Amino acid sequence: MRRIITWPVAFAMFWYHFIIGDDWTVAAAVAAGLILTALLNSAHLLAWWLMPLIVVVMLGLSLRRAGKKS
Amino acid sequence: MGAALVVLITTFLASAVEAVEMVTIVLGVGATRGWRATLVGSAAGFGVLAVVVAAAGLALRNAPIGPLRLIVGALLLVFGLQWFRKGVMRVAAHGLAGIRLHPEDEPKEWTGEGFDWTAFVLAFKAVVLEGLEVAFIVVSFGASYGQLGIAIVGGVAAVVVVGGIGVALQRIVTRIPRSLLQLVVGIMLTTFGTFWALEGLGIEWPGSDGAILGLLVLYALTAAAYITIERRRALGFRPAA
Repeated sequence: MRRIITWPVAFAMFWYHFIIGDDWTVAAAVAAGLILTALLNSAHLLAWWLMPLIVVVMLGLSLRRAGKKS
Repeated sequence: MGAALVVLITTFLASAVEAVEMVTIVLGVGATRGWRATLVGSAAGFGVLAVVVAAAGLALRNAPIGPLRLIVGALLLVFGLQWFRKGVMRVAAHGLAGIRLHPEDEPKEWTGEGFDWTAFVLAFKAVVLEGLEVAFIVVSFGASYGQLGIAIVGGVAAVVVVGGIGVALQRIVTRIPRSLLQLVVGIMLTTFGTFWALEGLGIEWPGSDGAILGLLVLYALTAAAYITIERRRALGFRPAA
């Protein structure tokens, strides 16, 4: 019985680590960025620049947070 | 041909990152607890990974390409960013250091009789856990480019090459600069993740596929800048000599 419960938990944990990892704010920013990009695109505005900008900024913020923790 | 080469190189490098750790653990277990159970455990682990790749690959082949690229791109982007971040931190902190098992991770010597289930489980876990992320990258790259076979070749080749080096030169494999490898793959996954996720949303990139190169350059420069900043920050905490 314990094994039956353990496998789905391990599977869920794999996806949690795969998507969220050490810093949930990065995954949240990527999700928000994709939604904003879709909204800009649907309004026929230039949208391709937003996600690379989010990546560069969020990486810096995440590194800064990790630096403060250590 | 170009797409096939991109898929081959990316899946080879991504697989090599995990293969270094996988081979280090398997060699450590085999050397201390014996090879029979270790190799059986490794083979069982690769069997599980092969089933995962085959099942996921078949499922993704029938999916529509637009939503598939959005989902795969978004997943590669968030996962790639994690490797990107870890790679920057590790290269900034340790340069081109390889990996070593921590003393608490090193298995105790096996002197008993019969089949060593501990060695089996340790090797099995190492192969499955280190390989699962690579399996996802192999399947997503292969399915998105319609090159699943090439992607599998890239993944298997990396494990064979790193495994071969590991067997031939047991101590050398721990010195392969995993930090740099992780950074390079993190940048590549983030690049393709950004490109595909936005293509999946129907965005047209300036320069079409040429935008991939632009993103690659942007992220490589970003990595260089953040490594410099991280190094300076680390040095700033040190007391003056």
